[in-house]
This record gives sequence, C-alpha cells and structure tokens, in this order.
Amino acid sequence: MKRIMEYMKGYGKECILGPLFKLLEASFELMIPLVVAQIVDKGIVGGDTGYIVKMCLLMVLLGVVGLISAVTAQYFAAKAAVGFSTRLRSALMRKLLGMSYSQVDTLGSSTMITRMTSDVNQVQNGVNLTLRLLLRSPFVVFGAMIMAFTIDAELALIFAAVIPLLSLVVFGIMLITMPMYKRVQAKLDGVTGAVRENLSGVRVLRAFCKESEEIHSFEERTDALVSSQLSAGRVSALMNPLTYVLINLAVVLLIHQGALRVDSGVLTQGMVIALYNYMSQILVELVKMANLIITMTKAVACGDRIGAILETDTSDELRGEDGREICGAVEFRDVYAKYAGAAGESLEQISFRVEPGQTVGVIGGTGAGKTSLVNLIPRLYDASRGTVLVDGVDVQQMDVRRLRSQIGIVPQKAVLFRGTIRENLRWGRADATDQDLWEALEVAQAREVVKDKPGELDAMIEQGGSDLSGGQRQRLTIARALVRKPKILIMDDSASALDHATDAKLRMAIRDMHHRPTTFIVSQRAASVRFADMILVLDDGMLVGKGSHEELLAACPVYQEIYYSQFPREVRTDA
Amino acid sequence: MLKKKDDTLKKVLFRLRRYWAALIMSLILATLNVAISLYIPVLVGQAIDHMVGPGSVDMAAVGQILLLVAVCIGAAALFQWLMSIMNDWVTYRVTKDIRDEAFRHIQALPLSYLDAHPHGDLVSRVVSDVDTFADGLLMGSNQLFTGVMTILGTLILMLSICWQIALVVVVLTPLSLLVANFIGKKTFSMFRLQTQTRGEQTAVINETIGNLKVVKAFGHENASMAQFDEVNDRLEKCSLRAIFFSSLVNPTTRFVYSLVYAGVALVGALMVIGGGVFTIGNLTSFLNYANQYTKPFNEISGVITELQNAMACIGRVFETIEEPIQKPDREDAKVPEVTGALRIKDLSFSYRKDRPLIRDLDLNVRPGQRVAIVGPTGCGKTTFINLLMRFYEPDGGQILLDGVDTQDIPRGALRHSVGMVLQDTWLRSGTIRQNIAMGRPDASDDEVINAAMQAHAHSFIKRLPNGYDTMIGETGVELSQGQKQLLCIARVMLCLPPMLFLDEATSSIDTRTEMRIQKAFNTMMEGRTSFIVAHRLSTIQEADIILVMRSGQIVEQGDHVTLLKKNGFYAQLYKSQFAH
Repeated sequence: MKRIMEYMKGYGKECILGPLFKLLEASFELMIPLVVAQIVDKGIVGGDTGYIVKMCLLMVLLGVVGLISAVTAQYFAAKAAVGFSTRLRSALMRKLLGMSYSQVDTLGSSTMITRMTSDVNQVQNGVNLTLRLLLRSPFVVFGAMIMAFTIDAELALIFAAVIPLLSLVVFGIMLITMPMYKRVQAKLDGVTGAVRENLSGVRVLRAFCKESEEIHSFEERTDALVSSQLSAGRVSALMNPLTYVLINLAVVLLIHQGALRVDSGVLTQGMVIALYNYMSQILVELVKMANLIITMTKAVACGDRIGAILETDTSDELRGEDGREICGAVEFRDVYAKYAGAAGESLEQISFRVEPGQTVGVIGGTGAGKTSLVNLIPRLYDASRGTVLVDGVDVQQMDVRRLRSQIGIVPQKAVLFRGTIRENLRWGRADATDQDLWEALEVAQAREVVKDKPGELDAMIEQGGSDLSGGQRQRLTIARALVRKPKILIMDDSASALDHATDAKLRMAIRDMHHRPTTFIVSQRAASVRFADMILVLDDGMLVGKGSHEELLAACPVYQEIYYSQFPREVRTDA
Repeated sequence: MLKKKDDTLKKVLFRLRRYWAALIMSLILATLNVAISLYIPVLVGQAIDHMVGPGSVDMAAVGQILLLVAVCIGAAALFQWLMSIMNDWVTYRVTKDIRDEAFRHIQALPLSYLDAHPHGDLVSRVVSDVDTFADGLLMGSNQLFTGVMTILGTLILMLSICWQIALVVVVLTPLSLLVANFIGKKTFSMFRLQTQTRGEQTAVINETIGNLKVVKAFGHENASMAQFDEVNDRLEKCSLRAIFFSSLVNPTTRFVYSLVYAGVALVGALMVIGGGVFTIGNLTSFLNYANQYTKPFNEISGVITELQNAMACIGRVFETIEEPIQKPDREDAKVPEVTGALRIKDLSFSYRKDRPLIRDLDLNVRPGQRVAIVGPTGCGKTTFINLLMRFYEPDGGQILLDGVDTQDIPRGALRHSVGMVLQDTWLRSGTIRQNIAMGRPDASDDEVINAAMQAHAHSFIKRLPNGYDTMIGETGVELSQGQKQLLCIARVMLCLPPMLFLDEATSSIDTRTEMRIQKAFNTMMEGRTSFIVAHRLSTIQEADIILVMRSGQIVEQGDHVTLLKKNGFYAQLYKSQFAH
C-alpha cells in the first residue's frame, strides 16, 4: 500500500483541502442547533417575529455556505481520487511494458488485467470515500467525547474506554478481512482468465463442442468467487452490529451509573440526557465509518496487489551505455541459454560469426532452440553464459531500446493490432512516410494484400488481424519489420504460411534491398535457407552444423536428413 | 436514455425475482432492526424519567428497563448481521447469475460478432462492469431498506405530535428526491461514458498485454504507452465528471433539508408566538424528528447515485446478453450417418457485403477422398473451414454432408464429425493430458499416450517437468509453436472423426518430424474424407483431388498429374517451388 501512495504526490492540496472543507461543512451543520436555541430563547420568549425571521434566514445562509463547502470538498476528493488512479494505471502500464520476456512468462496476463482494471477501481473508490469522510467521523467522535468530559469527567471515562474498544473491533475486522478481499480479487482473476481464454480459443472450443463444458467450468469459477465473497462478507457484516452493541452497552452503563449519580446528587437529569445524546451522535458517525472502513479495507487489499506489481524489478528497464549505430556484425561466443524455471539449458555452447549484410539460415527440428537463439540478439532474453556480440560489443553493454530499434523482428506468431494498416506498419518506425511503407510492402510481397483492401493503407485491421488469412498477416508483419530499415533482420519461421513462390520472391527481394540487412532466417524448410551465406543446424540445443548448403549436405548428417526429407532425390533430379 | 434506464431496472428486478424469499426476509429483518433501534431511545427516555432528582431515583425500575434495553441491543445487532448476510447472499448470487448468463450467451454468439468485437471490452463487461453493479446493489440493499423503514417510523411519530407541520415536512422532503433524480438523470449518461471508456481501455490493455512480446520486440513501448495514456486521460476526464456530478446529490439534498428545517423552525416559532396548543417542547422534539426523518432521505439519495452507476454498468452487460445469437439448430435437425460425402452447390460468401469473396463454388467429394487445397495466400482457404464448420453461415448455396444440408444438421453433430488442426494453434491452460483429451475427456491414459505417440509428441512431453501432467498456458510451461502444433494433432488423433481438416497443420514442425507424422496422418486419413491446406509438395502429390483456389474461386481441379499436364496455374505454382 505504501508503495502506491507515492502516486498521491502532487495531490497534496486536494487531500488537505477536501477533508478541510468537509469539516467546515460539518461545523456549519453543528451551528444550526445553536441558532434554534437563539430562536427559542430570544425570539419566542421575547415574541420578536422579526428576530425569528432573521434567524431563519441565517439558517438558510448557513445552509448555502455549507452547500458550497461540501461541493468544494467533493470536487477535491473526486479530483484527487481520479487523478491518483489515472496515474496508478499509467504507472502499472509502464511497469508492465518494462517487464522482460521471462517476467511476462511467469506473471500471466489475466491477473495483470484485473489489477489494472478492477483493483485500481476499488482503490479509487477507497480514496474518494476516505477523503470525503475520514476526517469528519473522528472529528465528531472525539468532539463528542471532549464535550462529555466537560459535563462529567468520571462518566466520560466510559467514552474513553469504549473508543479504544471500538477501534479494536474496527481494526481487528479490517485485519481479518484484508486477506479475504485479496482472495476475492484472486478469484476474480480466475473469472477474467476464463473469459479471455474462452474468447481467444472460441474456434477450437466450438469445433470440439465444448460450449456446455466451458459454461460449467465458468460457473465453477463464479461459484468459487461467490463463496469467497460471502465469507469475506460474513466477517465484514459483523462490523456494524458489533459497534452497535458496544455503543449501546456503553449507553446502558452510562444510564446505570448516571442513575446512581443522579440519586447521590452529583448529576442532574438534563446532564444525563446530554451525555446520552453525545453517545447517540457517536453511534451515527460510527455507522458511516464502518462502511468506510469496509471500502478502505477492500482498497488496501487491492492496493497491495497493485503494489506487488510495482515492486517487481523490471530488468528490461536497465539501460546499457552504448547507444550507437550498428553495422550488423553478429557473433556468439560460447553462448548458453536457459528459460526461467526450465530444467535444462535450451541452448548449449553456441559459437559463430556473421558479417554485416550476410544471410544466415537457422534450421533444426521442433524445439531445437532456433527461436531461443535469435531471441538473444535483440536481448529479448539474456544468455545464461557466454557473450552475444553485435559489432564486437557485448549486447549486455548496449542500450536495449537503441539496439532493438535497429533490429527488425518478424515473430513466429503473426500478430497485428487493431487499427489501420498504416498504424500497424508504423510500429516499425513511427515517422515512416507512405512511400517507405509501400517500399517495405513491396519487398514483403504484401503490396497486393494492401491494394486489395478498401482504403489501402487506411483499411482497418480487426483485433489480432482476424479478418486476414495467415499468409496475409505474415506478409504484413514482415513489412512491419522492414519499415524500420533494420541493420539486422530476424525472420523467425515467419514464412511458414506463405506458398513457395511467394517465399522465394520474398527472399530475392530482401537480397536485392538497397541497404541489405544481416538477415537471420529461421525455418523448417531447407528451400528457405538453402541459399544463405551460412546455415546453422541446431539439434536439441546444440549447434551440430555450420556452413554453406553444399558443405552441410556433404558433411552434416542432420542437415542431410532434413534436406532429403523435403527434396526426395528423384524430385531433386527433375528440378 | 431514461427509457433505457427503466428497462435496465426492469431487467435487474426480473433477475432478482428468484430471490424474492430472501429479499422479503431481508425486508422483515430491516423492519425489526429499525423498530428496535427506534424503541431503544424510548426505553432510555423512560429510564431517564425515573431519575427525578437526588435520593428519588427508582433503581429497581431503571435496572429492569436497562435489562430490556440489553436484550433489545442483542436482538437488533443479530437482525442487522443477518440482514447484511442476506443482502450479501442475494447480491453475489444475482451477480453470479448475470455473469453466468453473459458467459452462456457468449457461447451462443455468432463468430462474426466475436471476431469483430475487442475481447478486452467483453472481458470488461463480464468482470468490471458486473463488479461495479454488485457494489451498487449491495449498498442499495443495505441502506435502502433500513432507510425506508426509518422514514416510515419517524413519520408515524411526527404525525402523532402535530399533523399540520408533519404534513409540511412530508410534502417538502420528497423535493430532495426530485433533485436527486434530476442530477441522477444527468449523471447516468456520464456514467455510461465512463464504463464505455473503461471497456475501451480494457481492450487496449488486453491487446497490449496479450502481445507484450511483440510490443517489446519492436521497441513499441513508448508508442503503446502513449496510446494507453490517451485513453487513460479520457477516462480521467469522464470519471471525474461522473464522480463529481453524482456526488453533488448529497450536498444538494442536504441543502433542501436545511431549507425544510428552517421552514419548520419559522412556522413552528410563529405558531408558538401566535398562541395555541403548540408548545416550545413540541417544537424542540419536532425539530429533532424532522432531523431524524431527513437523514435516511439523505442516505437514500446517496444510494440513488450509486445505483445510477450500477445501472449504467449492468446496462452494458445486458447489451451483450441481448445480442442476437446464432441461428439455433432446427427442431427437426437430422443427424446423418456421416460417411464423409461432401457436396457443395453454388456456395457464395463474403465477410463484408461490399467485398464478395467466394462465388458460385461447386465441389463434389466422395467418402474417403483426400482433397488438397492449394493457392496463393488469401485465396479463401481459411474461409472454407469457417463455412464447413458453420462458424460462419454462407450467403447463398448449400453444403451437403451425406446428402443433408449442413444447415439442417445440429452444429454439435456436424463439428463432432470434423477434426480440425488450424494454423493458429490454440491450447487451453491446463495439463497436457487435458489438452489432448479435449475431444474425448473420458479417454484412458493409454489412449492419450497412444495419440501423443502417433503425433510424435510423446518424446517431448516425456521430457517436460511433470510429463503429461505439466501445466501449460498463461502461467505454465511455454511451448514452441511446433510443439503446440504436435499437441493439436494429438488432440485430433484421439478423436478420429470421419472427416479431417488440416489447415497448414504442419507449418511449424520440422520436416523430419513431419515425415513421421505424415505416416500417422496417412493411417488416420485412411477411409476418412480429408481436406488439407498445405504447401508441401509431398502432401499435395498424394491427394486424390487438388483444388487450386484463387480469390475465392476454384480455378482448377484434378489430380497432380492431370493438373501438371494442363500447364495452368497449378503448374506455375508447382514450378515455383524450385525457382529461385
């Protein structure tokens, strides 16, 4: 909770003025009985009609002033609460964007989404109500206690005793329910996850006729949510009755002691009435307070969940010092890689060297470590041992963003974002002109895809590009990477959905580019890597072959196996 | 707008009707609680009446009364606790019902709706919006009942003192409800804007977080942040407006009460001066009651704004719930004995009416035939499965399965008879075993392992930390694209439906593994009608029919040898494999 309070900074004025105006309003409210007393004592007794009218007008005036201060207070409270939550969300997003690949892997998306939405909303509610009510209630409670002391110090001790008891109850319940509310939010994560997964897998789920099963498992999750909500509610619901019992028992005690003291002549009947009135006032305030405390407890529980994210170290924010232009030479020296939580290394002892402008093919079986290898170059993951060098400089020493801005990546999964084609392509470079975009599209063999769309570059793409075929998406993601005119281009099995003709044309076009990038082509197809300057053959995380197509075909058994499985000898001869 | 709100209220009440017993129970508990709460001060008053002065206090009577007070306290507290629990129960049950209903409805929505709507927005409706609704409802049920009961109680007491002034109070106080209602109406649209913007923001969050790796790979963090902040700033503005304007209700109504109060004081004081039965004492207690009477009004008006927000949120959920669902299966739907004979007649389809995609498609496939679909990317291959599986409905023409129009076959039966492996590998979070057994949850361990072996997934599964019980998905082990594809194949291997649709099924699997899978596929495809969208020559060559597609049309149809001889589009594609 402490961690998130720093986002309150800058709203100090609102945080002080809000409650202050609220107090002002409360004070005006407290003045009304005095005015009434004046009306009775002077107006009625003296039969002064003019005075009565004047005093009633005064009451209206007090009402107006009260209204103005209340409105001001509400405004400050709302402004602080909304501003705070806006900054909190923004900070969360920034934090999430700063997470490394491995952190993203371990956290999970659903919980991030609930934390950014539901949890932040709860915190906002809490702050808003706290600013509106927090000062007012203790003010009234303690005020009433002090007034009691002025009447009869001994009887007022009952007040002094009951207030700590009340705080004990209030804070005790708060402590007990806090973890319960955290559990509620965790169950809500589960519900969020169920909806997201259901939507993302809708085709497969429907193909397997899983609708009713999905409903069933969703209902299980909402059931779990309800039972956690109910158990938190059962304890929270004790707050009101318990404070009620405490106060009223104090009243019983007060009346009993009061009766004895009246009997012995220490107190008058009127004083007992006054004391009793103060006790009632405390009760009214406490009821409001109890509701506030429940909201606050929820807010703190949610705040902790947010704080937990904000506290994680995001390694990705670390910046190296070296931020210069690169030429595109890549070298691996004895590189090992291991995923967080994985049992074994996914890459072992990889060494090779590529000159700027060369094309490297990376080939190997499923799970051989091809993606892991190329992910090390833009530091999407870091090597567990050994060094990856770009232009002879260890990538760990380089500014990550600067490095990545010069590398074009086409990921395995062709993801596009909701927005126009132009917006999507400009991910590559924000200031790219339309001409740049068309050039990139030309190379990526995606010109026709865009030409066919109504509005061309302005055509909208639905979420995830669901209105495009797999091959169309892939070509657009390739264009997106090319738009930045990268020094290093990484195509991670990104032509898998392309037909062979398009695949071949694509490779030709990249080869003919004016500033030819150092290109890594990860593929299953021997045809895609065959004409590379160097081919890296991976098998189970090990580099088992390195060299040109002819060299490998002569000497590398794994490569031979891959190649001949795709180009049976008889087909090869008729080619 | 108001009409809409009333409708929403009706819908909420309709869903609450199941819990009428609990609601009445809660109402009774509230009544008892209020009655006792009002009775305690009366008792205390009586006790004080026994304290006339020094030496003349009737301790016995005081003691007796206090005992009664203690009993009342216990009872009131118990009733209050029970009422809260009852309200919790109703609120959380009804929100669960609504969530379940929304989810059930989503299961029946056509894919065209789900493809076109940001998933994050739907998530926001089912999760956050329902949550806000629950908060409002809970607050409403806890305070509304007791509030109303308190008003009735004090009203009776006031009427018993002086009905004339009481009437003034009774007539004037509802003014505040008018004011509250006025502000409420104004703020309802602000709350709607707020929840809409929230939904929009959730969509941005969902898309960004769901694809965080792409965002990072492109160094797009700052731009994503800017996009997020833009929505965030808009949300700040409309939230501030909604929250501030709705919070005006409380001070404004309170101002109305102070007017009422001043009015009562004026009239009362003048009546006292004018002489009559109305005494100063009467005026004092009257003012006290007027105060007590207005307080719950105040609370209720607060609740009303909270309920505005709740209604605005739940309204969006109802919008989803009322979205038209896909055409239900026909009552007299037939379940044919599927042998795999597929006939397509004059099929036409388009995603957007202004851009026709498939036109007049005709095709005849005999049971057990192997059909390869080839063509440049974007030629309509994926659409084919959308139509075959009835994810989308054709605009015209028919697809006949064993002579029965697929429109007349229940979707469930139709989909059960087709096994598909899509290029977008999707696995659910859960264990490997659960994923493989998705189509047949009752499959034995042996069958699961067997399917995995046939799909050549067994060896990598064995090496995972917990083998077949390894959790995959959001927080579980991350699999490579190829491994995911193997699991998707194992999933179909286990079901062995009469028809298969393999959409570039092996694109991310290395060719050595693919060769092995191919053998398994061949066994699997034996006697089954299969459609294969593939770019690999070997797959294509072995097909009985090759469909060459181009811009939604079948341009050539025949086997490998025939098509090569024809020297048309297919021959051109074929040769390009070796062109460099």
